[in-house]
Order: sequence, then structure tokens, then C-alpha cells
Amino acid sequence: MKDYIYYPGCSLKAGSKHYEESILPVFKELGMPLDEMEDWNCCGATAYFSVEETMAAAICGRNLSLAEKVGKDILAPCAGCYLTMKKSNHFLKSDHEKAQKILDDLKNVGCEYKGSIKVVHPLEYLTKVFGLDKIKEKVQRKLAGLKVACYYGCQLVRPYTDFDDPDYPMSLDNLMEVTGAEPVDYSAKTRCCGGSLAGTMEDVGTSLNYVLLKEAKKKDADAIVTICPLCQFNLEINQDKIVKRYKDDVKMPILYFSQVLGLALGIPKEDLGFSRSIISLKPMWEKLTNGGAK
Amino acid sequence: MEIQEKITFEEELDHSFLDEIKEESFSDEISRCIQCGTCSSSCPMVTYMDYPPRKIIAMVKHGFKDEVLKSFTPWLCASCYSCQVRCPMDIKITDIMYTLKRKAIEEKVYPSKLPVPALAQEMHKLIAKNGRNSELWVVVNMYLRLKNPFGPLKMTSTGLNLMKTGRLSIKKEKIKNKKQLRALLKAVTEEAK
Repeated sequence: MKDYIYYPGCSLKAGSKHYEESILPVFKELGMPLDEMEDWNCCGATAYFSVEETMAAAICGRNLSLAEKVGKDILAPCAGCYLTMKKSNHFLKSDHEKAQKILDDLKNVGCEYKGSIKVVHPLEYLTKVFGLDKIKEKVQRKLAGLKVACYYGCQLVRPYTDFDDPDYPMSLDNLMEVTGAEPVDYSAKTRCCGGSLAGTMEDVGTSLNYVLLKEAKKKDADAIVTICPLCQFNLEINQDKIVKRYKDDVKMPILYFSQVLGLALGIPKEDLGFSRSIISLKPMWEKLTNGGAK
Repeated sequence: MEIQEKITFEEELDHSFLDEIKEESFSDEISRCIQCGTCSSSCPMVTYMDYPPRKIIAMVKHGFKDEVLKSFTPWLCASCYSCQVRCPMDIKITDIMYTLKRKAIEEKVYPSKLPVPALAQEMHKLIAKNGRNSELWVVVNMYLRLKNPFGPLKMTSTGLNLMKTGRLSIKKEKIKNKKQLRALLKAVTEEAK
């Protein structure tokens, strides 16, 4: 089995520290401690591709080459990094002459890339490679009583559909089931949160995320579980404004899937970044204690 | 209200526009568009756009270069790829939106007052300089570029919430080998010999 190198991306080092704080202990607990890629650079996200495509593919090429040097596939927890690098990887491996030129330039600056690397999201790794059966064996504490809405957002399931269904994916729901939590039938699971537009246009941030929160509330979820730092951020940060604008109390905790999985694996909750939640987790903890332990 | 002529005459259209977009977005499929509207009905941002995606595709096909490049639509694309995976003719609509954004910047006709292109360009600058993006600084630079002192005020509650939970970082993230990255960026922008 090929090993993986951890690519945090910019968000997991800043506003989404709790994603890193939970993903690292989870992988350690599963017997696969992760090393961070040495001197990685930003993936460029969607913004870089909007300005300069060749440069955007080239900077991703540098990361791919860094992974190739250590002979490990890239594990990228941010859906934006995941897609940007996956897309660039496809482009660099194509026979397009522009791709060839970038590969030559990469080689000239000491970043030769032969095309042997795959970009993988941790959810994809855990459900498709590691396997739910093995995770089941490691579960220490069933999270009975916790109802979760599994939110996949966009870029993990689109445009590439080789991992899961683009409209109604189930991998995260299946993983949550293994933890003992109850995934609700969440029809908004791949509706867009607005991405970076939610930050630049307030109206977008509130209207798109209201739909997502409302649907989760309707299905009686205690929390929304996410796999992307930007989705987590947009869903959480706009809640006060949403409650005010729509006069509808749709407030609820927005967690990372790794935080929930970590709890089930028996990692103490203090070590999973829960203290970084802006929304109060008290009702959720109460529910978990009442429904979980006997 | 200003009264303007609403008709574009045949001779004002740019018939090479379609070929330019096809070449730069690596997609010939755009010619196959049957105007079914699946893209527009899938788009979460369509209610904010001046032209829905279906119209943009039709306008690109028929050479409405000026209208398309000045439109807000490409800048309001959230890159959710819903239209792209649902298009019955496999048109890479999201990728075409990227091409249109780049084209609009290149021709300097993009809506410069809109925060979206400002954010994209500031992020590009920051990465080219440091190799990494720093969430706080890219937002600060964006508002400086827009000369909008009130923008940050709207974000006070966001900032306070992030600060309270230890998620606001003022550090400018940098990679070690900036020299290599800069050499790479310089090389890829030079024309092939």
C-alpha cells in the first residue's frame, strides 16, 4: 500500500485549525500518523485559476513534485485544495502542449514531475481504501442519540464523479453510521454554500446558507458535519446574521467529520478542537451523554 | 432612467470570439449547446446574475463578446460545478466561466468595483510573493484595492468570533523556497521558444 503525505493547505493553518487538530489525531489513532509535506505552497484555489491558468497549474505542479520526491500520494482535507490539485494533475498528465511546457519549466527549477501521484481526500481514503469495517473495529464509543446532517458541498463530488455521486453521495453518511451517530436524510447535502462568494457578498452568505441550515433543522439534526473548511466556515459564521434576517432560529453546531469520528474512536473531546466552535455545543453534549452512555 | 438602444447589430458582433473561448477553455463542446436551460436551473447563484448561464453560452456562441466580458455572471460563478455535471451535452460550463474571467481581466473590462475579481487578483499577488495565502491579509488587501474603508466594518463580528476561538491569525505565511517558486512563475509566463 502506498503511503500518504499530508497537505494541510492555508485554511487548516488559520481559520480552520480545528480541522487539522482533529484529522491528525484520528489518523494517528487509526495507526497511520501523518507527516506534513515539506515546504508546500498554496494550491491557488479557485481564485488563482480565475486570473492565470498556467501559473495556477504550475504551482500545483510544485506540490505534486514534492509528493513524488517522497514517493507518497497527497492527502488533502480541504475540498478546494483537493479539487485544484486533482484538476491540475489531470491537466499536467494530458498530452496538451501547454502542459508539456509547464512540466519542462518545473524540471528546470528542480521540481520534476513524472505524473505518478494521486490526490486523495481523507474521506475518500477512509471509506474506499482503509475501509469502514476496520474503522468499526476501532470504535470505542458509539455516539448514539446524535443526529447529524452530512454536508458534502461541491468540490469533493464535482466535477469528478469517480469518488461518489455528484448529487446524492453517501460515503460520509455511511461513515457517520459506523460511529453510531444517526445521519438524517439531508436533501441539501450537495447544494452550494457560496464558497468564497459568501465572504465577499453578504447576501449570498446568508441566503444560500439559510437553505442549508433550515433543511438540517427540518430533519431534526443536532449538527451539520462537513468535510471542507470553507463550507464549515460559511455555515457557522453567518448564523447570527441568518437568524436576524429570516427571524428563524436555525442555529446549530457545524462540525468537521474528523471531530465526530475522533470522538467515536475514543479520543478525548479536549483533543479534537471542539473549543473552537463559535456555536454553543452544550445541547449536543447533553444529548450525547443521555443517549450514549448507559 | 437612461434610455438606450437595446439591439446589437450583426456587424457589431465578434465572430472569432467563439473560437477564442473554445481554444482557451479546451472545449469544443460549446457548439453543441441545445439551450435546454439545465445549467441555469442548476445554478445556485442564478438569481444574482445579469445573464443566466444558458444565455452566456448562447451569447458566446454568437459573438456577443462585449456583453459577455462585461457581465457579472462569470464572477458570480461559485465553482460548484452543478451545471457542468448535469449538462446533457457535456459542455464544461464552469471551465468556460474561468476562461471568461481571465479574458475579462486580460481585456481590462471586468467589473472592477466588484469584490470578487479584486479578491482573485490580491490572492494571486500574495501567493506569487509568499507562496502561501493568509486569510486575513488577502481580505485586508482586497478592501485596500477597492478603496472601501467600510468593508472591514461589516466583518467586525466575524473577526471577533474568530479571535475568541483562536482562529484569527495575523501571521503572514511564507514558504522557504520562494526563489524556486518565483523562478517557476517567471518561466511559465515566458513564451515557449
